[in-house]
Amino acid sequence: MTMTLAQRERRAATAPTGLPRLLAGRPDLAGHLAAFGPLPPVAAEMQAMTARAGLTGRGGAGFPTHRKLEAVAGRRGPRVVVANGTEGEPLSAKDKTLLIQAPHLVLDGLDLAAQAVGASRRVICIERGNQAVYAAVCVALAERRDESVEVVVTPRRYVTGQEAALVDFIDGGPGRPTRERPFERGVGGRPTLVDNVETLAHLALIARFGPEWFRQVGSPGSPGSALITVGGRVDRPGVFEVAMGTPLSSVLQLAQAAPPRAVLLGGYFGRWIPARSARQLTLDAASLSAHGAAVGCGVVAVIDDDSCAVAELARVAAWYAHSSAGQCGACTWGLRDLAAATSALEAGSPDPRVTSDIQRWTAMVKGRGGCRLPDGAVAFLESGMEAFADEIAEHQAGRCRRRDHRLLPTPTPEAWG
Amino acid sequence: MRAKVVELDPIACDGHGICHELLPERITLDDWGYPIIDRRPLTDDLLAHANRAVANCPVLALRLKTVELVIDERMRRGGRGAA
Repeated sequence: MTMTLAQRERRAATAPTGLPRLLAGRPDLAGHLAAFGPLPPVAAEMQAMTARAGLTGRGGAGFPTHRKLEAVAGRRGPRVVVANGTEGEPLSAKDKTLLIQAPHLVLDGLDLAAQAVGASRRVICIERGNQAVYAAVCVALAERRDESVEVVVTPRRYVTGQEAALVDFIDGGPGRPTRERPFERGVGGRPTLVDNVETLAHLALIARFGPEWFRQVGSPGSPGSALITVGGRVDRPGVFEVAMGTPLSSVLQLAQAAPPRAVLLGGYFGRWIPARSARQLTLDAASLSAHGAAVGCGVVAVIDDDSCAVAELARVAAWYAHSSAGQCGACTWGLRDLAAATSALEAGSPDPRVTSDIQRWTAMVKGRGGCRLPDGAVAFLESGMEAFADEIAEHQAGRCRRRDHRLLPTPTPEAWG
Repeated sequence: MRAKVVELDPIACDGHGICHELLPERITLDDWGYPIIDRRPLTDDLLAHANRAVANCPVLALRLKTVELVIDERMRRGGRGAA
């Protein structure tokens, strides 16, 4: 039986139960409205609803979304909202998946955020080289007959996805981090809200079905669902929508992971968790913070006994060095030397100074960048050195027999324009 | 109670190292010659030196920031407290 569009919209006003939520979305506008119904006029209540929902940013920092809305709404003059879909984290695919499968949820969220903070300018940023993502966004905007959203294609560089760097790029700069705080001085010098695209998509569902519905899934401290990208030594890599608070072991099962030696949680900006600790963890802020970890951008990568972890550490350390914008001394030179030392470790240098240098330099560069890139390198390397201490000793003795499976991708960043 | 601390803009800093020469009590250099700032409050005897360090930075990467001090007993006993 066929239904008119209006009939479909009415029927879809019932809230989805269980999961998936975001990934129940459809690429086309008719399918989107059939799945979720039209956007109700709730912009004025959006801040309060977001606070009650307890939504936190899904881009990596996990900051409470309502506080970001408040910070920009409370400013004077014209304001700007930026949907950040750059997803420069090499292991992460969830934002690309979301933009291809449910672009209208993201665009609904962008509209809501703009109305909630009183923004007159809306921008969506995606990284160069993802044709399907670009097409999905452009087609969705055409379907909505919305010509006033600016689509900005950013260079393939991790740091350009950082808020202030993104603002710099939108304004015609090279896309390097700056000292400005976007909520004070962002795009065009205007107060600017920069939110991850998944965060905005959750906003679109909270507007429709309410904060209590949002909290029906997840744990009290970490409510809602999240998109998780699972990679490394797994048979079924990909993007999964899970409830926050899900045991990490269930996520590994979904992806049919090999028995892990360690799990990288939060991507290259996250930490390595040894298997014995990983077994007890849930994807919940409280459970993870006890191990210094966080859900971050939702990347889970598995390494098993057969895989050489030090080779992975060395490649990612080199990726970090190449990713530096070259602005801050500790980042430019510190990450270069850390990459060289990690590479020497992989090559089997028995010199004990190599490990003591890594320890000295991680401590030395921590907190000393204009952005948090060096801090990401430190967390990745420090936790890796600890989780793979046994294998490091094997390398120093020249007897690591594990295979290099090249599990962690390290794309070369585009040159600075 | 208010006090002043040294603050660095690491993006502007080019590692000339003059600040370390002028205020070694709060500014050391890392392995690459870039300043590491000790954010403990400046004592009165260091203020003039700190002002000279700020004024002599060739790229204006340093400034003094006024902070509100929370007096912590551990700090009084000489431990390293946060400003």
